[in-house]
Amino acid sequence: MAQTPATSAQAQEAQLDPRLVLDEMKKNGVSHVVWLPDSETNFLYQLMQADPTLTLVPVSREGLAFSIAAGLATGGQHPIILIQNTGLMESGDSLRGWAIGLQIPVVMMVGYRGWTRHGVNTDSAATYTERFLNAFGITYYLVETSADAPRISIAFEEARRTQRPVAVLMADEYHGFNR
Amino acid sequence: MFQTADMLRIFNAHRGDAIVVPGRGGPHWTKISTRQSRDVPVGDPAMGGHAGFALGLALARPADRVVLFDSEGDLLMSLGILPTVAELAPANFYHFMLDNECYATTGGQPVPNARNVAYDVIARGCGYPRAFAFDKLPDFEASLPSILAQPGPVFAALKVEPEVENVPIGQRVRWQTRTRDRVLADLRAELGVAR
Repeated sequence: MAQTPATSAQAQEAQLDPRLVLDEMKKNGVSHVVWLPDSETNFLYQLMQADPTLTLVPVSREGLAFSIAAGLATGGQHPIILIQNTGLMESGDSLRGWAIGLQIPVVMMVGYRGWTRHGVNTDSAATYTERFLNAFGITYYLVETSADAPRISIAFEEARRTQRPVAVLMADEYHGFNR
Repeated sequence: MFQTADMLRIFNAHRGDAIVVPGRGGPHWTKISTRQSRDVPVGDPAMGGHAGFALGLALARPADRVVLFDSEGDLLMSLGILPTVAELAPANFYHFMLDNECYATTGGQPVPNARNVAYDVIARGCGYPRAFAFDKLPDFEASLPSILAQPGPVFAALKVEPEVENVPIGQRVRWQTRTRDRVLADLRAELGVAR
């Protein structure tokens, strides 16, 4: 039976509390959220919007996020990139040139569209996500539930230590799109 | 149309302490600039990203004026940056765009609809409060002080002569006087930004 939007959102919050994700961002000093909305991370939107310490920088194509984040970081700010795996894959050259090339220590929180725990997916967005990250030598951490939230800080620490982008994959177990 | 180098010489007299992202004007700007520690000639990390990079700098450094020399080829690749700039409306962001109507570094092939795109109209339509277009250098020179005297974001399309390169990339003379890492390190030191 299909879930109503309300019950789907409640189920999502039960799995991964968005306040914990926001806490992880704040704990790591995030100043700007460079983002393009996606269904996997939509639950964060209202919280981020209400937080006076965060500036939201909306983009209309994911590749733009990398050069903006590079400028912010060069100027002394602490951006995070919030995009979906589909857009990440289209952003390859920007990721290469602006983030890896300029040694930008930025965490990319990536909506993992199509991901399934059982491993049988029907969405090629999921099929190629980790292969794409591996091709660029990007380390990634999977976050599915509230218990995984501390992995976000691990990603931030690694980005700072290596001066490279690091990905957090926000796994889509909640909406029921891919079951 | 006018020469990029002539335009940049005029700009340099009005530059003040602005942070300058010279984009594809870098080969000339590195010879003209008198404040290199506030220049960010990063070359071409990935086409289409100069405006995003400069916007990020402007947002990060609201007390510093940030001047970008974008190009039409770069902007066409990422037109979506314009509404992002307009929404955030950084008052310290000055967005100039060199329009030579072609991809000069790949042999001079025309950009799409090269002679018929009104970039100032696009910028205004995306929400830039002020946008201009110049194809004569005296007009640019006369307007520049008032453009810089008012808050950003502002956009100005500049028709410049193409300087086409046909030499294979590996045989071209490097115009950069500093490595990319050095450029960023110098800027951070100038701004007092810790790595």
